[in-house]
Amino acid sequence: MIEASRLKIGYDNKIVVEDFDFEIKAGEIIALIGPNGSGKSTVLKVVSRLMKAMAGVVHLDGNDIHRLSTKEVAKKLSMLSQQQITPPDFTVRELVAYGRLPHRQWYETKSQEDEEIIEWAIGQTRLEKLADRYINNLSGGERQRAWIAMALAQRPKILLLDEPTTYLDICHQLEVMELVSRLNKELGITVVMVLHDLNQAVRYSHRLVVIKEGRFVAEGTPEAVLTKDMLRQVYNVEAEVTIDKNIGKPVFMPLGLAYGT
Amino acid sequence: MTAEKINITQINESDEVKKRLFKRLMVFMGAIALLLITAILSLRFGSVSYSTGEIVDALKGIEGSNAKTIVMNIRLPRMLLAIMVGANLAISGALLQAVMRNPLADPGLTGVSTGASLAAVTIMLVFPALTVYVPLAAFVGGCLACLFVYSLAWKRGIDPIRIILAGVAVNALLGGGTSLLSVLYSDKIQGVLMWLNGSIAGKSWYHVRILMPYSIIGIIIGLLCINTSNVLQLGDDAAKNLGIKVSHARIFLSLTAAFLAGISVATVGLIGFIGLIIPHISRLLVGSDYKYMLPVSALLGATLLVVADTAARTVFSPVELPVGILMAVFGGPFFLYLLRRGGAYRV
Ligand SMILES: Nc1ncnc2c1ncn2[C@@H]1O[C@H](COP(=O)(O)OP(=O)(O)O)[C@@H](O)[C@H]1O
Ligand SMILES: [Mg+2]
Repeated sequence: MIEASRLKIGYDNKIVVEDFDFEIKAGEIIALIGPNGSGKSTVLKVVSRLMKAMAGVVHLDGNDIHRLSTKEVAKKLSMLSQQQITPPDFTVRELVAYGRLPHRQWYETKSQEDEEIIEWAIGQTRLEKLADRYINNLSGGERQRAWIAMALAQRPKILLLDEPTTYLDICHQLEVMELVSRLNKELGITVVMVLHDLNQAVRYSHRLVVIKEGRFVAEGTPEAVLTKDMLRQVYNVEAEVTIDKNIGKPVFMPLGLAYGT
Repeated sequence: MTAEKINITQINESDEVKKRLFKRLMVFMGAIALLLITAILSLRFGSVSYSTGEIVDALKGIEGSNAKTIVMNIRLPRMLLAIMVGANLAISGALLQAVMRNPLADPGLTGVSTGASLAAVTIMLVFPALTVYVPLAAFVGGCLACLFVYSLAWKRGIDPIRIILAGVAVNALLGGGTSLLSVLYSDKIQGVLMWLNGSIAGKSWYHVRILMPYSIIGIIIGLLCINTSNVLQLGDDAAKNLGIKVSHARIFLSLTAAFLAGISVATVGLIGFIGLIIPHISRLLVGSDYKYMLPVSALLGATLLVVADTAARTVFSPVELPVGILMAVFGGPFFLYLLRRGGAYRV
């Protein structure tokens, strides 16, 4: 679906990601993990054409993403950045309606189909009762769901989420994770997300990709990637990794820092 | 029981939205009514006052009414100019606020005003024989200054902070040029001062005919920018994600804003504050959705300048004040009041 190869990315002249390959296959959930400042957001911005790489190419369904019209890309792919800006008086429904923008010409107004898809997106994210509320008056989790609803209204095949759970409490984190999981299972949407909670990454994704200091470290199934060695090498953390009886997947328990080892 | 409760809150919430729509429409209609009323008053008051009946007669073209000459030849063109310039400047400011994602942006940021001033002042002081070309020179000067600002701000795309910095630098440079000329030619400064402070006095149908077509084109293009302005409010990443070419959009909106301000400055000189205050007030009244905010800004901008121009010629009659000075004297403190008051829309 998306294939990025030999990416070299920088801001001004500072190179932050180098020689990075990234493949996203249809139907999977990928978690991109790595320490703060390792380049996760940067990679996501480049594969979603929000930013240009200094070298390397990103292919979307076989075409160079920067040669496709940005509007065509917006019908296939939606990216939610780490931080969103919402004007103080936009309601949830108004925000979600913007998701239909790529499907319209500039002279067209909302069609019946647009209205239906907006309501559908609001339903998928269970925001029916909050649809007429101002976004800025919602809780963090509700706000995140409103933005996901906007992304859904684009009817994307691929959804890229940069730290969708970072500022949420555990209940709202799980809410977002369950939503993502359901969108993947029921609608077949491919998902790439940046997560900090490694146990959640293991639990909800099919494949993990690990990045450190802008370089590819490892990828594979959660079982293959979440190991003591990886945690020590990438995060400088000594940890116990066990297979959890309830979910049948590895979970880790940090024991301490691994400086100097 | 719970189902009922949920239903009730649902109804309340959509009521809220309906109420907001109602309020927005009321403000819009109110702004139209206000403009009409102030327009009629501006025809009535001046060195001689007329009754509304006499104004109507004059507008109908009934011969022999003594109001006819003054109303048709002097006050009506002035009022029409004030309406166009006020609307242009307000739309210009609103568009730039979307470009900068900052409610304190002002048409002057693009360099248009100082560029136009320098060009106009150069003609008036250095080449006084060419004075008839002042509007043209002012427009060209404004465009060049705007292009200068944007070429300085361009670096693999356009970024609001860089526009502001480039705008401040270019404004300082060109403003310095204007001051220098004013000092060198201080004996001939009278007409220049009138222009620099913006005045609709002495403008005639000739000016209306020049400005009208450009103004209509500019305002239509401005109204077509509504959707883009709204999307820019969601931030660069979200706008790009939705398939907007953000840098292109910023430049297009800025050029439209500069065009609207440029044609206005070229016709009547510098009039500040409308582009800053009016979008701000409109935001307080109808919120930040440009679908409502932009038309209301245009109406209120027109109203404000009609009122200010009428005041400028009546308050100290027979002395006529440049309307730009009036705007600055009342606009400044009023803006500070709005800032302190805060309200629904925080800066
Ligand atoms: N706009 C920017 N300008 C300059 N440097 C940046 C910018 N954004 C990120 N960086 C740098 O790029 C590196 C990677 O950042 P980022 O991709 O945000 O990391 P992550 O998302 O993994 O925390 C960091 O060193 C950061 O300082
Ligand atoms: Mg990040």
